[in-house]
Amino acid sequence: MSGAKHVIEARGVHKHYRLGVTDHRTLGDTIAALFGRGHISDPAIGRVGGRDFWALRDVSFNIHQGEVVGVIGRNGAGKSTLLKLLSRITRPTSGSIRMRGRVSSLLEVGTGFHPELTGLENIHLNGAILGMRRAEIASKLDEIIAFAGIGPHLETPIKRYSTGMKVRLGFAVAAHLEPEILVVDEVLAVGDAEFQKRCLGRMRSVADSGRTVLFVSHNMFSVQSLCSRVIWLDQGRLQEDGPTAEVVRSYLAETNAPNHTRVWEADEAPGTDVLRLRAVEVRALAAEKAFLTTVPVEVEMRLDNLGITDSDLNIQMIVHTEDDVIAFISDMTESIGTSLWVPGPTTVRCTIPEDLLNDGVYRISLLFQRRGARHFIVEDALGFQVMEGPRQGAWFQKWRGALRPRLHWQR
Amino acid sequence: MVEASSPWWRTELGEVWEYRDLVLLLVRRDLLATYKQSVLGPLWQVIQPVLTALVFAVVFGFIGRGQVGDAPPVLFYMAGIVPWMFFANVINRTSQTLVWNAALMTKVYFPRLVAPLATTLATMVGFLLQLLVFGVMATVYHFTDGYGGAIGLGLVALPVLILLTAMLALGLGLFVAGLTARYRDLGFLVAFGVQLLMYASPVIFPLAMIPEGSKVRDWIVLNPMSGIIEGFRSALLGTPMDWSLLAYPAMMAVVILVLGLVIFQRIQRSFADVI
Repeated sequence: MSGAKHVIEARGVHKHYRLGVTDHRTLGDTIAALFGRGHISDPAIGRVGGRDFWALRDVSFNIHQGEVVGVIGRNGAGKSTLLKLLSRITRPTSGSIRMRGRVSSLLEVGTGFHPELTGLENIHLNGAILGMRRAEIASKLDEIIAFAGIGPHLETPIKRYSTGMKVRLGFAVAAHLEPEILVVDEVLAVGDAEFQKRCLGRMRSVADSGRTVLFVSHNMFSVQSLCSRVIWLDQGRLQEDGPTAEVVRSYLAETNAPNHTRVWEADEAPGTDVLRLRAVEVRALAAEKAFLTTVPVEVEMRLDNLGITDSDLNIQMIVHTEDDVIAFISDMTESIGTSLWVPGPTTVRCTIPEDLLNDGVYRISLLFQRRGARHFIVEDALGFQVMEGPRQGAWFQKWRGALRPRLHWQR
Repeated sequence: MVEASSPWWRTELGEVWEYRDLVLLLVRRDLLATYKQSVLGPLWQVIQPVLTALVFAVVFGFIGRGQVGDAPPVLFYMAGIVPWMFFANVINRTSQTLVWNAALMTKVYFPRLVAPLATTLATMVGFLLQLLVFGVMATVYHFTDGYGGAIGLGLVALPVLILLTAMLALGLGLFVAGLTARYRDLGFLVAFGVQLLMYASPVIFPLAMIPEGSKVRDWIVLNPMSGIIEGFRSALLGTPMDWSLLAYPAMMAVVILVLGLVIFQRIQRSFADVI
């Protein structure tokens, strides 16, 4: 890589947010601050209850011209924040990012579409929002229309378009930008398989023409097929940066590692002032303790209730498969209703019946809700691998699907 | 270069020029989207000031006669209302642009100044349309009523007056836009304040009605729009233009626009995190 120019240089980038409240100060607070003690930008004012959150911590990297770099990490690892910084939507709290050349970012397809305007008018508008000049859009118009496949509907207001058509049109405009640096976020999560293939193809041809692509995705398959290098973010830190195969291997190894128990000390336990999660455990309810498709699985949470005396607490167990698809969500209140909580240590158990899970790796996140909104979430609290149980029938290969429930059949 | 902070005087003006096509397209979007689904379309723009002027002419015609000079009352009131509505609309609309375009601004980068600038220009299109209608009405009065004014040398001043109004309103709008991103309720307060301010400007009465040297006059002249409205009236009704009245508004227009730009610049940086 020596000799090639750095087109992106990130130096010690930090990004800080306050969680809980999005800075909805009232005018009164500010006026009070103006005339009373303190300063207007005093973070304590009007931000009661917020929690500090470092979305990015000391992230540094260089990207050379023409590199296609994947950014991976769990939800909340800081991927989207990094994209927002690269797209200049927001600024780092400290540190700097130097970029050479025009950056185009696709954080969401079809931003800036106006429902009352026609498809054609929106192509012009969207192109201009993404930074294209009028002449540039005009010269690519036919290509864009062909790529989106909306020829007959050019004069139709976009509010009458189907979601699929809007997505195609949005990507078509963006794909015909000619930026030096293209930043793409999970755009491929929408649209049908055929369209996803076309998008990947388009991104590859952008890359082949010597331009730099940054691609954020959960989908290891598209990352592996597109990127030569991967940056793995974990809890805002740069965990690993290197050739795709290596980084993806260690990412998968860590995220899918069995993780049957976790215990936290009181001062570091996830939670809030009124509720903390002290320990979680997943176990197979069978004599030999093996996770088999034919054995029920029990999840146990030990909570420290520091002040909830009403019945307003709900727990959701979110079960993911290996490739980050939600297999199912189980809701405590929906299953057993509500009842009063008593302060002190409390144990909550949930049983996943036998003959529901498939063989494979599952990860469990726990979402705690109060007043119908997220109280806190513990992502990937647990992980475990289910093995094939004794099986009827003649099929001995991997059974497809996120789940493998045994259902009632009649004959 | 994306950094944590940058000096206060650094603005996006240069970049706005690069995005000039976007400004024009946003103006087009504003205009098309507003009128596409309404039956009367741009007529609404015109009906509002004409009706307001008619109401004023009728109502004030009963209470206080003879304050409007030689001009037909409807023309007199319209000459004040039309520029005032331009001023008020620009403030109210630009102050909401960040909030209205929030979805866009948290997803894609473009110089944030583009949005309020486009709103101002779109509002100006409606205003020019209203001026045109004023011209038509004045011509009709000229031939039916033998009204002599309307077309005079004062018309030369119109571009200057329009520019000053736009600068003042955009400056104030930018100032408020920065703040409404944080304090949503401020929008209502400003809309109401602008409405009240109209009564402290010579929109429904001529400045000449207020005795020279009185306290009230001092206060009214403090409002930079007062001189501008008087100027519009002289230009549109063909009465002698008092150029000295425009010096103070011109100075204020520059000061307020610069202040508005600086404050907008400061606040838009953290905007995506606040909204």
